Amino acid sequence: MNTSLSSLQAATFDEQVNDVFAPISDFIVGIVFYSVPLTFIDEGVVLPLIVVWLVLAGIFFTIYLKGFQFRAFGHAIQLIKGKYDDPNDAGEVTHFQALATAVSGTVGLGNIAGVAVAISLGGPGATFWMIIAGLVGMCTKGVECTLGVKYRRVYPDGRVSGGPMYYLSQGLKEKGKGTLGKVLAVLFCIFTLGGAVGGGNMFQSNQAFAQAQSVTGGEDGWLGFGAAGAVFGLVLAILVGAVIIGGIRSIARVTDKLVPFMAVFYVIACLSVLFANFTQIPDALWEIIRTAFSPEAGFGGVVGVLIQGFRRAAFSNEAGLGSAAIAHSAVKTNEPATEGHVAVLEPFIDTVVICTMTALAIVITGTWADEASAPGVETTSAAFETVAGWFPIVLAIAVILFAYSTMLAWSYYGLKASTYLFGESMFVDRTWKLIFCIFVVIGASSTLDAVIGFSDSMIFLMSLPNIIGLYILSRVVKRELFGYRERLADGALLPVAERGIKPSPTTGSTAATTGVDGSTPNPPPSVEDR
Amino acid sequence: MSASIIVGLDGSEASGRAADAAADAARRHDLRLVLACVVPWSPYSFSTAEENERRTIDKEREAKSARERVLDPAVARLSAAGDLTVEGVVRHGHPAETLVSLAREEDAAWIIVGRVGQSRVRTLLFGSTPSSLIQLSPIPVLVVP
Repeated sequence: MNTSLSSLQAATFDEQVNDVFAPISDFIVGIVFYSVPLTFIDEGVVLPLIVVWLVLAGIFFTIYLKGFQFRAFGHAIQLIKGKYDDPNDAGEVTHFQALATAVSGTVGLGNIAGVAVAISLGGPGATFWMIIAGLVGMCTKGVECTLGVKYRRVYPDGRVSGGPMYYLSQGLKEKGKGTLGKVLAVLFCIFTLGGAVGGGNMFQSNQAFAQAQSVTGGEDGWLGFGAAGAVFGLVLAILVGAVIIGGIRSIARVTDKLVPFMAVFYVIACLSVLFANFTQIPDALWEIIRTAFSPEAGFGGVVGVLIQGFRRAAFSNEAGLGSAAIAHSAVKTNEPATEGHVAVLEPFIDTVVICTMTALAIVITGTWADEASAPGVETTSAAFETVAGWFPIVLAIAVILFAYSTMLAWSYYGLKASTYLFGESMFVDRTWKLIFCIFVVIGASSTLDAVIGFSDSMIFLMSLPNIIGLYILSRVVKRELFGYRERLADGALLPVAERGIKPSPTTGSTAATTGVDGSTPNPPPSVEDR
Repeated sequence: MSASIIVGLDGSEASGRAADAAADAARRHDLRLVLACVVPWSPYSFSTAEENERRTIDKEREAKSARERVLDPAVARLSAAGDLTVEGVVRHGHPAETLVSLAREEDAAWIIVGRVGQSRVRTLLFGSTPSSLIQLSPIPVLVVP
């Protein structure tokens, strides 16, 4: 009796959160996704300008930098292997670490839920356009991260951080557009705060809860009671708060180590779905290509499919939004172009590999057309279930871990934005982190529509100031990247193993003591190849 | 003709005994003594953005603490007699690999390490520094119990 009453009240709590939140979300979505109706093509076809904005930037930079992302690939692999790392920099942030940090921030629910949404709404053909968007996004990402490192800030105490707010303010100042740069930097930071609580937080906690609820038996399971969303959100908020406010680094360290394994495991799980249905692979591929170009709806349909694919790809790999530039900037290098090279791998891993895996699993099992499951994680979960009954549980663990690591990453992006806006202080730091944790709870309690709408819009808004800056600084990027590649081709930059010198033991980490008689150590012997 | 002996120090008692054995050998063969403290670090580990931001500071802090807690006392103790050239080096990296590359740089005759350094669980999981040294080193390795 008592419990039923409390669950009744609790049900209204989740609904109340949703009722308050939905109108705000609808209002912002209306502005951000302002769409041009293309009635001359077909009735009901609309083109959201923000998607055009992102894709045009990708295409512009791909042409302007002569397909840089494809030429950069080989050298990027060598860079993350550490072939060009100075041994004296051992102990600093390597290219591998910068990339891994950025990837664990981007590989999240966009790869699982976002792809499912794209295919449910746009059909299998959305996969094709998602991959195309991923390929052009690689270039935008390379451009952002080159600038991120070039204009990063080194604090007096030795901390290093960068991101669009610094290249917008500093880079544009060098171009004589100081005021514009400052305005764009402030706008970027405001939108980043929104994106951090939206796509980087609420969307993640919402989908993590949806998945946890569905594997525990749905509405009738032990996470089916009315306030379950709020309770789940509260637990998640405590776990997030323990790391970002409580400074309990060990939790973050554990997830950081688990996430890469989880990502690999997720890809293996998708592959096993594919192998279980391998006879249908040719059909599925054909279906993807066919519906990408000629869906039954005619040309208007193609545009609709294309928009779904591009939109979800952008949401997943974040190319053009500027978030990755924050994560990549701490790398130890003297050449900003090196991180530009490494960064192109990020959309590749995220979109071209992981998103495509999800898409194939969904298309091949046909769960995207199933009306029974809501578009989102559940679609992917249903695809996994066709292989083994326990697979959705694995997916649920992956979803929660991805969501958690993405939240931690975005709490950092938001922190950088808020300290840029309000200055470095303990008060700003703590206030932001507290607000962030509150939104974890709101996200888990809200319905998907309201959350997805808000998440999308705030995250996409970040691309407005960021891409304006990228265009203005495009010459700077070209000089950095092409100059670096020229020196690389001329042999001015060699891998460490071929440089013919050993690090001098007297620099950096060597202790000052040379011996009682003050004798200097012997000069280092010549190099030996390992 | 080799120039030095490398000693791997980690602050444990066994590594102190390794340093004593190395000092003996250095006197006898008239070699320089290079005391090395390697802070375990991997270029392929995973870290958070916040850790990356502070990495340069943390590296300095780790190096400073290794120098103050492990190296400086050992250097002071061994060079007290005044008949040895003792040098201390802090590096970040894989302990065994870093000792080997240091041995190359310093033209070392031996690498000397203590037997017990880490906990049993860690040894079981990752192998001990002495056993990987034996696999990797191009020069003789002396393991002191």
